[in-house]
Amino acid sequence: MKKISKLRRSAFASPLLLVLALFAIGTTFSVASATTKSELSVEQRSAQIAEGKNIFLKGCSSCHGLNLEGSAIAPSLIGVGAASVDFQVGTGRMPVADLSQQIARKEPVYNEEQTAALAAYVASTSIGPEIPNESMLNYERDGNTAEGGTLFRTNCAMCHNFAGQGGALTQGKYAPTLMGVEPKYIYEAMITGPQAMPVFADKTITPAEKLSIIKWIKAAENEPQLGGAALGRVGPVTEGLLVWTLGLGLLIGVAVWLATKAR
Amino acid sequence: MSNEIEAIKDPGLPAHVHRKADTDPVAEKRAERQVAILFLISALGTLLFIFAYYFIPEDVFVFFPVLGNTNAHQLVLGLGLAIALFFIGAAAIHWAKTLMPDEEVIAMRHTMRSDDEDRDALVATVKERAGAAGLGRRSLIKRSMGLSLGLIGLSPLVLLRDLGPLPGDDLTKTSWNAGTRLVTDPGDRPIRPEDLEVGAVAQVLPEHVGEERRHLSDIAKDAVLLIRIRPEEFQLSPERLSWTYDGIIAFSKICSHMGCAVALYEQTTKHLLCPCHQSTFDVPRAAKVIFGPAARPLPQLAITVDSEGYLIAQKPFSEPVGPSFWERSS
Amino acid sequence: MTARERVTGTVANYVDERTGAAKWMKKNLTKVFPDHWSFLLGEIVLYSFIILLLSGTFLTFWFDPSQREVLYDGSYEPLQGLHMSAAYASTLHISFEIRGGLLMRQIHHWAALIFMAGMVVHLMRVYFTGAFRKPREFNWIIGVGLLTLGIVEGFLGYSLPDDLLSGTGIRIAEAIIQALPVVGSYLAFFAFDGAFPGEAFIPRIFTVHVLLLPGIFLALITVHLMLVWYQKHTQWPGPGRTEKNVVGYPLMPAYMAKAGGFFFIVFGVTAFLGAVASINPVWLYGPYNPGQISAGSQPDWYMGWLDGLVRMAPPLESYIFGYTIPWNILIPGLIVPGILFTGMALYPFIESWITGDKREHHLLDRPRNVPNRTALGVMSLTFMLVALINGGNDIIATTFSLGINQVMWFSRIGIIVLPPIAFVITKRICLSLQRADRELVLHGRETGRLLMLPHGEFVEVHEPISPELAWKLTAHEQAPALELQDVDARGVRRAGGLKNKLRKRISQANAESIAKPTANDLKEIEHH
Repeated sequence: MKKISKLRRSAFASPLLLVLALFAIGTTFSVASATTKSELSVEQRSAQIAEGKNIFLKGCSSCHGLNLEGSAIAPSLIGVGAASVDFQVGTGRMPVADLSQQIARKEPVYNEEQTAALAAYVASTSIGPEIPNESMLNYERDGNTAEGGTLFRTNCAMCHNFAGQGGALTQGKYAPTLMGVEPKYIYEAMITGPQAMPVFADKTITPAEKLSIIKWIKAAENEPQLGGAALGRVGPVTEGLLVWTLGLGLLIGVAVWLATKAR
Repeated sequence: MSNEIEAIKDPGLPAHVHRKADTDPVAEKRAERQVAILFLISALGTLLFIFAYYFIPEDVFVFFPVLGNTNAHQLVLGLGLAIALFFIGAAAIHWAKTLMPDEEVIAMRHTMRSDDEDRDALVATVKERAGAAGLGRRSLIKRSMGLSLGLIGLSPLVLLRDLGPLPGDDLTKTSWNAGTRLVTDPGDRPIRPEDLEVGAVAQVLPEHVGEERRHLSDIAKDAVLLIRIRPEEFQLSPERLSWTYDGIIAFSKICSHMGCAVALYEQTTKHLLCPCHQSTFDVPRAAKVIFGPAARPLPQLAITVDSEGYLIAQKPFSEPVGPSFWERSS
Repeated sequence: MTARERVTGTVANYVDERTGAAKWMKKNLTKVFPDHWSFLLGEIVLYSFIILLLSGTFLTFWFDPSQREVLYDGSYEPLQGLHMSAAYASTLHISFEIRGGLLMRQIHHWAALIFMAGMVVHLMRVYFTGAFRKPREFNWIIGVGLLTLGIVEGFLGYSLPDDLLSGTGIRIAEAIIQALPVVGSYLAFFAFDGAFPGEAFIPRIFTVHVLLLPGIFLALITVHLMLVWYQKHTQWPGPGRTEKNVVGYPLMPAYMAKAGGFFFIVFGVTAFLGAVASINPVWLYGPYNPGQISAGSQPDWYMGWLDGLVRMAPPLESYIFGYTIPWNILIPGLIVPGILFTGMALYPFIESWITGDKREHHLLDRPRNVPNRTALGVMSLTFMLVALINGGNDIIATTFSLGINQVMWFSRIGIIVLPPIAFVITKRICLSLQRADRELVLHGRETGRLLMLPHGEFVEVHEPISPELAWKLTAHEQAPALELQDVDARGVRRAGGLKNKLRKRISQANAESIAKPTANDLKEIEHH
């Protein structure tokens, strides 16, 4: 642990880590892309769609309708595209466990293969945003951190906070933290607008700009503590709390010691 | 007070209790050593501080529980300084507590009030001196002095006049005019209606011409948020409906309350929330305020498309954007 | 005479012949200071001020208070190539290129938060113990002035780096200026040299932050301390302590060593915070842009209550004859704080009007013995706390899985309902504590030992308390309510009858207490 953490800052952006990160992402997607349609034969694809339909009818249709038309408690899935399914099911938000204000990320119910099948099935019924493939997500190569920061602060920080820690929305809803979210899901969220989040269309924020945003988020996520404990990176509230507890606590503690008579 | 028969008397200052170090030479030596050790710890702290400043590179990170992966230079430098300072204090206090005289002493207070003689003497002096100066008599001088002193008080106000220009119509005008294209912020790309799907938002600014970069003062008035919803969801007056284009509605992003950027849009509820003070605006009803301290809806920008199919402003904002001010008429 | 003594003597002689300092020093080196931890709270503030001067001076060596636009090419990669103000760029330069720069920035900011927190706890100590009473009213008013200026000074410092968070703060300050009736937009344009944000504001507030306000602070603190010195410190009631004396340790050497040592303690603790905890990480906020905003944009804690009040304000605005009065800004931003701070400044005079007490007081009150004052204090703190909570309602909402609307409604209702409840409860608690004191004096301390009486009854053995403690618990006065006559000696109704009636009522409420044990009470006990 200590050896790893002794890595120098230069090493953070250094080729070694970069390669490691790319390797990790690469392996994830090589597994994922093994089942994407581009590499599948027509028969395999129709089998996949059939499997997806099967899963959908068992696990999803009670809310989203037999023909994806939606219901009083669930939106229609016509036109949501494979990206939306991949995001919702892949992050475990769907199928939903409890119908509260907000559906939170949890362990996915379906495995990658089943998720891909579901996505393929939904995508087969209507046109919608597709799952970005590995080459579209090379943010290290195609993104620009500083530009991403500007885009992030203009488009994302008002909900997700200046450092991507998340924040409050109305009536108990919230924008979740972006720390530790896989680039693919960040990308899919931007193009599909899950739950309260609006859609950031490709013409207003280009795919390259989206990668810049992801690159900035990853830079923020990997940024070590430059000035000590981060205090949640939520601004002055926790700073005030620390001053009133630790700061004044220590000072008053010493004051009490100072004023007691020695024996 | 009358029922206070001296039941419980002031027993007086309790007898002084000697400390161990006062009577026991061993304890005294021990205390002395403790103080010295505390001073030495401080000295070590300063050495640590100097070591960190010169010898710990600024790009080394070390993992600590609670703190996380922390910059070693900053942490050790700070801890060195903290130790150096804190232990000087601890040593001095420990020294004072254990070895310096700790017998409580009594000092008497004096009332704040001066003696009557002094007061009378002062009054007499003031009267005499003031009389000699003729302060009571020379009313011409007194009045002219009052006038001159009063007037000179105005001079700073005059001097401060050039702090800034008069507002003029600056607060009511923005860069938006009839035909101004909406461009993305950042990126400055014009937008077509079909670029935005239902549920999409875009942060936009008026198209900017010229070499110079945009002034922040302009952005502070010009920033606009585009939102696309299903046209049938609008609950707008016919006039306001004509300000939208194919389900796309544009609002000033500058909060009508205190000027923060209101860009927190919830696709599901179609509410806009200001993160500063939680004013909530209902987009389909022309950004009507439904919660929070804002008193006015966000100004709506009338939009349409030009011949090339890009979104443009129909006309300037019909009301001032941003927080309220006195001269605003509604 | 040793060599050292000779040198010291020569130097001392040289100085004294030119200043006559020996006489003054002879008297004051033995000046007596009472010792209690709560008397050190003001010292925390004083020392943080010195730390602020030292660390602030360091920061000015590199800080460039300019809103001139520059292209960032420093070492913090995520901002490289962005346009930003020189103020922001130089703050990044201090943080990342100057060794110890970030540490000093963090020490400066932590010291500012401790400075303000210290002022508040010091104020609480002075208030709840009645240390503001005659002859110390001037010092109370100076203290209220320092608190107010401290809030302004802190806010200006928070605004200087010109990051996204501080720019948002300035934006809100501008909205408050602009909201003023008649002159608002003019004042705003004067302050900002035109439309917000302009390029003049940061250079201007920099001068105010580093020169004007610190100068005023220095002057007011000097007067504050001179008055403390001259009037001598108050002391807690106890054996041997009276209104006429002061019991404690002489300045030289013990108190000097303790007070001097405490300076290093405060500096050390501040440096510790600066070392281990990040504060105001401006590099994460990004440069200010009026079109951008972050979730959870808050001021520092000492402004949090103000922001909380603004957040909970009702959406009221008046439009009269074509002019706008934004009550939603004026009430929470100016009127309520104005009333609170004016009331606080006038409190010593109000209390003396209620009690009719015009005497000097040097013995402190134990808060329980002045239930009304204590309850009023807790009531005010409750008000502030609810406002402060609402100032962080978004962070609280996400942390505790609540809705911001819920927190807001809690605050809106709570700010009206909770302070009176706090008043009543505090007053009850004070009276119970008085009762407990009375029991303790009359019946002694419960030992927990049980004794079986001859007829089989069990009683707990009570141990009489020491005469010192008994004195401490009964040393306070219990002044009766003012006896104000509605009619004067000749039977004519006095002018200002309503005012009189009000004064009488408050005075009666103020005098409510549990009678402290008297000689008769004690005698009766003995007879039993």
